[in-house]
Amino acid sequence: MPTRTVTVGSASGLHARPAKIFVEAAAKAPVKVTIRSGDRRPVPARSMLSVLALGAKQGTEVILEAEGDGADETLDSLAALLAKDLDADHA
Amino acid sequence: MPDTVLTGIGVCPGVVAGPLLRIAAAPALPAPTTVTDVVAEAARAAAALAEVVAELERRADRAGDDTVAEVLRAEALMAGDEELRDGVRELIEAGHDAPHAIDGAFATFREAFEAAGGYLAERAADLDDLRDRAVAVLLGRPMPGVPSPGHRYVLAARDLAPADTADLDPNQVIALVTETGGPTSHTAILARALGLPAVVACPGVLAVPDGTTVLVDGATGRVATGVGDAEAEAAIEASARLTAAASALTGPGRTSDGYAVKLLANVGSAKDVAAADEAHAEGIGLFRTELLFLDRAREPGHGEQVAAYRDVFRAMAGRRVVIRTLDAGADKPLPFLNQEGEPNPALGVRGLRVARQRPEVLTTQLAAIAEARAETGADVWVMAPMVSTVAEASAFVAAAREAGLPRAGVMIEVPAAALRAADLLRVVDFLSIGTNDLSQYTFAADRMCGALADLLDPWQPALLQLVGLCGEAGRAAGKPVGVCGEAAADPRLAPVLAGLGVTSLSMSPRALPAVRAALSSRTAEDCRRLAALAVAAAGPAEARGSAG
Repeated sequence: MPTRTVTVGSASGLHARPAKIFVEAAAKAPVKVTIRSGDRRPVPARSMLSVLALGAKQGTEVILEAEGDGADETLDSLAALLAKDLDADHA
Repeated sequence: MPDTVLTGIGVCPGVVAGPLLRIAAAPALPAPTTVTDVVAEAARAAAALAEVVAELERRADRAGDDTVAEVLRAEALMAGDEELRDGVRELIEAGHDAPHAIDGAFATFREAFEAAGGYLAERAADLDDLRDRAVAVLLGRPMPGVPSPGHRYVLAARDLAPADTADLDPNQVIALVTETGGPTSHTAILARALGLPAVVACPGVLAVPDGTTVLVDGATGRVATGVGDAEAEAAIEASARLTAAASALTGPGRTSDGYAVKLLANVGSAKDVAAADEAHAEGIGLFRTELLFLDRAREPGHGEQVAAYRDVFRAMAGRRVVIRTLDAGADKPLPFLNQEGEPNPALGVRGLRVARQRPEVLTTQLAAIAEARAETGADVWVMAPMVSTVAEASAFVAAAREAGLPRAGVMIEVPAAALRAADLLRVVDFLSIGTNDLSQYTFAADRMCGALADLLDPWQPALLQLVGLCGEAGRAAGKPVGVCGEAAADPRLAPVLAGLGVTSLSMSPRALPAVRAALSSRTAEDCRRLAALAVAAAGPAEARGSAG
């Protein structure tokens, strides 16, 4: 299964605005994407509450997984989004 | 509900009438019910969550501020979460009803948020809010928070926090009335920013049923129910006329025949001085010093106090500034005084009484005031709050003189002090009547007790009689007697107070123009006649009526 391991780049971690941007992007993707941190259960990347509940901070490593047509492209773009500092973007 | 007149503190002038709607409280979870149709129950839960999402998105669309809109949209994403919906459906399939399934599904995420700690743990309250909204929809109740009925209304609340009002729609909300809060509360700041008539510290407002038409006067702090259309229109017009007339008037306060009543402003810090100047205040009649002491684990030092006092004195150079020493205790406990555990704080060690246990707090403050006075040209008068006896007044005056302060007075807030006004004036230079506390102690009615609001009406003849005792003593002694409670901000009461012998009125700067106009429309003889009628009246309504 296509997988990407990426380090969260946003200064405030994966919550508030960065989480919203990520979840909205995942919801628009043509394939179902999951996200997990450490050895915890993977959760849907389009679930705001699940993504927030990861409690991922800046520097936390998370793993994205997806299957099907366009999985690789989707994972690439979502991984790039996670690696950016989405808080800095705002300013 | 019978027609009532509630009185609070007017913090933003203007008169409006409209239906009162309160910020809805969070609903309690109903008793569990047995679910017979699982599919229908799941659909009911999904519809409730969808309504919460729709409402949050509507508010986001309407929000003027991008940050606010973003926060609301993030909340909509949470309420519309598919994992949440799945969790709710599973719980309903397991036999729970919709409200309990929603509560249970949110609780799972709440635990995860709390386990993550930090920022996320603080967001747990957002989940509770979303749950409360969904449960309210299921119960057919308004969602918690600021109503958005689609028509103009008067918003009532215990108090307003910035979060409540971030997306408040000024096209719907025409006035604000809160049960607690003060002239510096968020409500007051918001009202001034939006130009909405507002009344804070208005006990009893939450007992008014939703939808009741109320007449709100943001200058006098009056909130009346049972008002007819004609009466409301007349009040709104009168207010507009008064505003127009008042803004044309400047200069010192006086009756139409030239009897002077000084018009002064109440301030909490140098920040408020600009508003006092705009209103052409003749000086400061009450400089509250509590602001500097609030939320402090330790007493502010001499240097810090000097700086804060100097800022106000300098801005008022050449004019009178009546500064009140620390009024701690009761509703304003201060951490460094360790006042926890008093069984009845309003009757406890507050105001000047603190000096019995901690005399150095007073001497430090008086020394700082004296130093700030020496550096500026202001005419500084110092006064003590919560004085009951001549002995207390004498001790305070001695401490003020010792610090080098030439003018020392006391506040009249306790009936014992009002009854002995003449004796007090033998030792002090002036009196200042705090009508809010004097009402509370005269009528044995807690200022925060909404059910007793009628007893705290500043038109109560017994209160006016005590004011009259002070005024008479002042005339006899040739010494000033001021009023610095909210009663001073009521334009209709101003001539009555002047007639009772009050020589200065100190109020929130915004109320000043209307009071100036009211005084200028009466002769001194009128004022004395109205005062006699008000004191002789059977009750506050009759007293108001006699003042025509």
